[in-house]
Amino acid sequence: MGIRERLSGNEAVAYAMKQINPDVMGAYPITPSTEIPQYFSAYVDNGEVDTEFIAVESEHSAMSTCIGAEAAGARAISATSSCGLCYMTEMLYVAASSRLPITLAVCCRALSGPINIHNDHSDAMGVRDAGWIMLFAETNQEAYDNYLQAMRIGEAVGLPVMVCQDGFITSHAIENIELEETDKVKKFVGQYKPQHYLLNKDEPMAVGAFGMPAYYMEAKRQQAQAMIDAKDVIRKVGKEFGEMTGRTYGLVENFMMDDAEEAIVLIGSSAGTAKEAIRQLREQGRKVGLVKIRSFRPFPSEELAESLKNVKAFAVMDKDDSFNAHCGPIFAETSAALYAAGISAPKGINYIYGLGGRDVRVDSIKHVFSQLDKIVETGKTGETYRYLEVRE
Amino acid sequence: MSYSLKENVMKEDRFAAGHRMCAGCGSPIAVRTVLRALEPEDHAVVCSATSCLEVSTFMYPYTAWKDSFIHNAFENAAATISGVETAYRSLKKQGKLDASYKFVAFGGDGGTYDIGFQSLSGAMERGHDMVYVCYDNEAYMNTGIQRSSSTPHFADTTTTPVGKVIPGKPQQKKNLTKIMVAHNIPYVAQTTFIGNFKDITEKAHKAFYTPGAAFLNVMAPCPRGWRYPSEKLMEITKAAVETCVWPLYEVVEGKYTLNYEPKKKLPVEEYLRPQGRFAHMFKPGNEWMIEEVQKEVDRNWEELLKLCNL
Repeated sequence: MGIRERLSGNEAVAYAMKQINPDVMGAYPITPSTEIPQYFSAYVDNGEVDTEFIAVESEHSAMSTCIGAEAAGARAISATSSCGLCYMTEMLYVAASSRLPITLAVCCRALSGPINIHNDHSDAMGVRDAGWIMLFAETNQEAYDNYLQAMRIGEAVGLPVMVCQDGFITSHAIENIELEETDKVKKFVGQYKPQHYLLNKDEPMAVGAFGMPAYYMEAKRQQAQAMIDAKDVIRKVGKEFGEMTGRTYGLVENFMMDDAEEAIVLIGSSAGTAKEAIRQLREQGRKVGLVKIRSFRPFPSEELAESLKNVKAFAVMDKDDSFNAHCGPIFAETSAALYAAGISAPKGINYIYGLGGRDVRVDSIKHVFSQLDKIVETGKTGETYRYLEVRE
Repeated sequence: MSYSLKENVMKEDRFAAGHRMCAGCGSPIAVRTVLRALEPEDHAVVCSATSCLEVSTFMYPYTAWKDSFIHNAFENAAATISGVETAYRSLKKQGKLDASYKFVAFGGDGGTYDIGFQSLSGAMERGHDMVYVCYDNEAYMNTGIQRSSSTPHFADTTTTPVGKVIPGKPQQKKNLTKIMVAHNIPYVAQTTFIGNFKDITEKAHKAFYTPGAAFLNVMAPCPRGWRYPSEKLMEITKAAVETCVWPLYEVVEGKYTLNYEPKKKLPVEEYLRPQGRFAHMFKPGNEWMIEEVQKEVDRNWEELLKLCNL
């Protein structure tokens, strides 16, 4: 039986880290993820963990130290947000291509400019092609649960994992949460046993080769395969986690989708708001549902195609804009998933929403469904690239 | 330790032959010599910044490094090796590891004086038990001889070409060794290849076996960028020391020691003349450049003598 607590998302993630007791943390402060290394360094300084904490001088060095530590044979972790994630970007690619299963807690925050400390997904979406597994949480509970599963997933396929939650919305808000006992967590997560590592005195190792055209593409193909393989691992670990906690996870969560004629697809904390809107609309007899993406990398293309194939219209909501005069990233990939599966009947639109912490209310979601109603009634999709609740 | 070149070169090399560095380049000499200063029973993890050194020694599927080696990126060799060193301390503390390791990072001047400066400063300030070795060839040689903050005054590089209006690099060289001293780390030294390699070998040994962070700045000429015939490498480094352009000194716990004082300090022309990058300074009408460089060298030398209480 779990332990009932009330924690912020940052406290929950820091507590998960403490329970796992990793070998090295390299981190640098940035709002709103600062609290994670702050709470964690108190565990370090009080001798509650074996972890060595490296208080680096930048996020670039935070990820660089994690790369060195993980390659050395240690479990390495970090936490960041926004510009910090941007500043790490170069190293994120190295971590993934060197196949180092580092775990990075991300509290998603808008990117400058204008400078803004509030939530959207432009930071995480900006690094979506870096080769990391990316799990998103709706609630503090999910932030905690995803963190406990991250190392199992990353270490199984040799890829680093970002555990993303929404800055302030879950990182700072205190919610009821069910924690697992530390011995159970330790057993679930297990020990890190890398096949090859720098500090193996019996087998020196070289990491980070210069890859010329004769080899570079094979390295990338293997990386792509690891991401493909991660889909099953995420499902398997999510199922096993469910057996331990009663909370089972997959790549997506379908909410009232069985008979849904209209659907919203989104990621992160707004799923909670969307669920409430859907409950209210269902009470009025409306057949509406939600597909919440939990794993953005690997992208749940089959699941989305399966969930959306029978709807009449759907809206993909991106808390980020690609500034391509076309659509946000989740819409692009969702549409591609449907097209690849040969599904063309559902009409899809894209909403860019919640940028820089713009509040997303139940009424906001209802407005999106009202627009889907119009599409279903008229059969006309209209403009697919839309901004939600913006002064124009 | 009593030093013998003969004994030293009999040690098994940790840096294998067959890498792709140019003949007459100082960098692999610096690496081989520094690694030779490790006690044979000690394991090591070596890190290199992206550089000529990295791309020429670890081109998949070949490596010239016999010890465990990691290349991460251009600007973060210090942070990377600090991560490895921290992992070592963590695993050792937890009883997950029993072997004894040393940690060393190599970077060129671009990766050290410029783009890797922040990472270096951070790692030195945190005091990891590591050695950072800058092989200083005074420009971005890997990308084709662009100026760095280490490039000396008036040098001809591809981004400070000798033009009709601007005669080479307008600024003086940054004094990185002194900046590293300002970090209050236990050991900082400046060295190059002289005579029987005693100076660099002993400094590397001290750097490895002084607990805490250590920094070595090794002048490592580049025949392409400096434009000297490959076989003249040791003459160039000797001239750098004899003219006091590159003094040999070390700073232990903040205390400066001059390791070599030329019997007769030679004029800077002796160092500048053999190098193509300074050829324009010897054209009629450009005498002022040489005079200016001489003044700069004199000033830095006097300052160093004072710091060494000489």
